[in-house]
Amino acid sequence: MGLNIEDVSVVYPAADGRPPVEALSRINLTIEDNEFVVALGASGCGKSTLLNLIAGFLSPSFGSLTLDGARVSGPGADRAVVFQKHALLPWLNVLDNVAFGLQIQGVAEAERKKVANKFLSMLGLDGFQDAPVYSLSGGMQQRVGIARALTCDPRVLLMDEPLGALDALTREKAQELILNIWNDTHKSVFFITHSVEEALFMGTKLVVMSPRPGRITHVFDLPFSRQFLDGMPARQVKASPKFIELREEVLKIIFADEEAAA
Amino acid sequence: MTEQTSQTPTKPPGLWKRISRSRPTKPGQTYGVPGQGNTLWLSVCSILFFIFVWWLVTFMGWVKPLFVPSPMAIVSKFISVWNNGYTGTSFLDHVVISTVRVFGAFLLACVIGIPLGLAMGMSPIMRGIFDPPIEFYRPIPPLAYLPLMIIWFGIGETSKVLLIFLSVFAPVVLGARSGVKSAAIEQIHAAYSFGATRWQVMRYVIMPSAMPEILTAMRIGVGFGWTTLVAAEMVASTKGLGYMVLSASQFLQTPVVIMGIFVIAAIAFAFDLLMRFVERRLVPWKGRM
Repeated sequence: MGLNIEDVSVVYPAADGRPPVEALSRINLTIEDNEFVVALGASGCGKSTLLNLIAGFLSPSFGSLTLDGARVSGPGADRAVVFQKHALLPWLNVLDNVAFGLQIQGVAEAERKKVANKFLSMLGLDGFQDAPVYSLSGGMQQRVGIARALTCDPRVLLMDEPLGALDALTREKAQELILNIWNDTHKSVFFITHSVEEALFMGTKLVVMSPRPGRITHVFDLPFSRQFLDGMPARQVKASPKFIELREEVLKIIFADEEAAA
Repeated sequence: MTEQTSQTPTKPPGLWKRISRSRPTKPGQTYGVPGQGNTLWLSVCSILFFIFVWWLVTFMGWVKPLFVPSPMAIVSKFISVWNNGYTGTSFLDHVVISTVRVFGAFLLACVIGIPLGLAMGMSPIMRGIFDPPIEFYRPIPPLAYLPLMIIWFGIGETSKVLLIFLSVFAPVVLGARSGVKSAAIEQIHAAYSFGATRWQVMRYVIMPSAMPEILTAMRIGVGFGWTTLVAAEMVASTKGLGYMVLSASQFLQTPVVIMGIFVIAAIAFAFDLLMRFVERRLVPWKGRM
């Protein structure tokens, strides 16, 4: 079943004498169970709009979104979101932040702490339960955000440039961590990134988007994350001729979009 | 050697250049943070300096004691009022009655104002209804509507507490209202994506993140309360610090006036210290995320 996006367009109405803006135009996309879909594109291509649509923060102007056949009409616990930043609650410690989703759903305190602790150790945050979130590094905060999203056992995990604010080394570690967790939990993932290498390495399906109007121009099936999960070292995956060839192809598409805009 | 001497000697930088250039930081400080550094010792010196000038002016007899009594005269007046009371009421009674008026009005303003401000921040309907009356009366000086309070509510406690209440109410409402905007949209979206109801988002995200602004508004509000105290005790009072200051000024008892001012300042300052302590305990995360 999975998530189905059919002919979806988002049009922002005309304002201040400017014509209406078509943020997304006739998007068709399916996210199957256990699929890792990565969206990539020049700025303004509507990647974030698409994620906000799936999350239910936006409604489509035309077309329909369904999850397991049911229409998506607003945010819900079946679709958890990992934000780029600013989404943790600084008045709660690490453990309570991770348990926040369960608290919202009325799970008893002992039970939700148990679940939160499980995901904290999965993300390598053991021993930080009582730490205030603002004392953590950016990479650790992001891992808290991922743990929080996983606690409610969502059907789909939506990640809006979750690694964009991290330094290169932390970022590569986090990529491997997310892939391992995805492999362990069998979630469907929709992942937004600016980095071509990250997109190729992580996804099972790559969706390249173009701006004005935001639309999907290319779709690639990717083998690389499977290779990594089958035991090939990450650097070796990223240095393989096939990876490099595809990276150049995708870069060419994106640069062409950027030049068309300039 | 000859080449060196032929060079034009570099001029030492001017005084203004030397003052205005940035200096290297001390260890443990961040370069360029505006106004960083501890001010405790300078503040102590500043207070001592003002007391010294005050003492000097009175000791040398440059100003008549009627206008500026000496610091010692204030202290001895304080001791005599402490022992014998003022106009038949003990000093502590004056302090207690004023404190009860200010903090009573303050608590009332918080109990009504914080929920109302949050509601105004959350709901365009509440904002539409309550914004005009609050914005209308907010800039009016309490002294201007004091006569109305007395005509409507008499000369008893009601009109006094109400006057102080109104002066505290507006800043508390405005603080709570703008505090609603403190939550990042990502935090709100995160809660909704866990299936939160509007009420849960309010309770678990918006209210905690509004706390720093609400506490600041409370500090500002209680300051307005003390400012309004003297006006509230102008008419038909026989007790209170504001009454003490006003009646002393009519009898040209300048030492009592100054003493009363110091007592009001001391109580207000003590409360502010308490609020700062509460702030550190309640919102240690303020400005850190």
